[in-house]
Amino acid sequence: MFNNPFIKQLFGSFLDLAPILAVVLVFQVLIIRQPIPDVGSLIAGILFVILGLTLFVQGLEQSLFPIGESMAYAFARKGSLFWLLAFAFCLGFGAAIAEPALIAVAEKAANIAANGNLIEQTDAAKASYALGLRITVALSIGLAILIGVLRVIRGWPVHYPVFFGYVCIAIMTPFAPVEIIGIAYDAGGIATSSITVPLVTALGVGLATSIKGRNPMTDGFGLVVFASLMPTIFLMAYGMAI
Amino acid sequence: MIDWLIRFALKLVETCRDILPIAATIIGFQLLVIRKPLAYPGKIIIGFFYVLLGIVFFLEGLDLALFPLGNLMASQLTTPEFLGVNPLDQTVSWQSYFWVYIFAASIGFSTALAEPALLAVALRAEQISGGTIRAWGLRISVAIGVGLGLALGTFRIVTGSELYLYIIGGYILVMIQTRFAPKLIIGLAYDSGAVTTSMVTVPLVTALGLGLASTVPGRNPLLDGFGLIAFACLFPIIAVLGYAQIAQWRSKGSLSPKP
Repeated sequence: MFNNPFIKQLFGSFLDLAPILAVVLVFQVLIIRQPIPDVGSLIAGILFVILGLTLFVQGLEQSLFPIGESMAYAFARKGSLFWLLAFAFCLGFGAAIAEPALIAVAEKAANIAANGNLIEQTDAAKASYALGLRITVALSIGLAILIGVLRVIRGWPVHYPVFFGYVCIAIMTPFAPVEIIGIAYDAGGIATSSITVPLVTALGVGLATSIKGRNPMTDGFGLVVFASLMPTIFLMAYGMAI
Repeated sequence: MIDWLIRFALKLVETCRDILPIAATIIGFQLLVIRKPLAYPGKIIIGFFYVLLGIVFFLEGLDLALFPLGNLMASQLTTPEFLGVNPLDQTVSWQSYFWVYIFAASIGFSTALAEPALLAVALRAEQISGGTIRAWGLRISVAIGVGLGLALGTFRIVTGSELYLYIIGGYILVMIQTRFAPKLIIGLAYDSGAVTTSMVTVPLVTALGLGLASTVPGRNPLLDGFGLIAFACLFPIIAVLGYAQIAQWRSKGSLSPKP
């Protein structure tokens, strides 16, 4: 029974949540010592999260990841620069749009913006604000992966684009509206939490393996960090534009 | 029950739209550019369906559990009764909130240590460095980085100081460290930051930050609530670069891959 992949994954998802639950429980029992409201819905929610994570990861492993990885290798070997870059952009864009953590946080950010009277207090305004955030982030992730792939092909040192990103962020921050800065700084980490990382790492390692003179161990890395800087730059620009 | 089913169906449709771009990318490029039929189309369709259901359940669970949990911890750890201060007092010193910092640090440390993606990265780092960098040492340094980052991030929310001062200060530190760190480890160290932010930690930490910003007197969730994830992404980079530097000094040799 324990060899069933679904049961294994169920256990794995529980393990992902376990450290959080353990820390919260220790704090509740030893330090806060107050009754917890709505324990029933909390437990139901935790079960939903575990079930959702399990289905999500299981589904990715039998659909997106194997095709995505084999395609990343195929494109890396094929050598058509245009199609490789187009694929890199679409992959980054699509992965960021499907990212569940980004969906949830964008919704949260829209609520906060509505409460702060930044946008109208209607569902339509909130939905369009959240979608705007997500599309901006997704475009930036797509572009980041594209530049990252170019970096691996051209063999630029990994810290060049990263330092460039740091400098851009430092220059743009004073000019960006204050309300967007927090979410802009967070967006990179939010967008690179589940789908993006494995697909992008596969692309990077696949490229570095198939190009002569590149070391997959070292050149294959560094794509993810760039994907976590670009959304900050784009969101600050988005904040200035609207 | 009917209401719930309708809501569930609506979410399912919405989520279809969310996974459409990635599905179209993979299938479109496979059929039009690589020009090979998909192997096992049935398995792939079932896989996409699992992803769809998974996202819907996960988002529902976030609303029921992880968001409220982060919010609850933030409000319970900042009530005047818990802090032992006068409820009318609008200027509570930042030291009174020390349990908040300890809570944030414990969440960061424990989730990073248990993160499966980080384990894979750590093993690869051990290979790259030919054993100079130990997988366990790397994991612990990332975990300390995330823990310290979140503690500092909550301190920032409590004091209401500017986010960019901390983050840009961190960037400068990373730039200086990059100059001296062993070249082979730089890409991996950079990536370690984004790798530790998982689907489970992001919502909880976001809710913690927003909760703190709405309960600490004088703070505004719109201005102070976000930013914790940025700390959790940046500080592991500093920690890993620092660890690699120390490992190099200790072995007194250059970090070159051994055959």
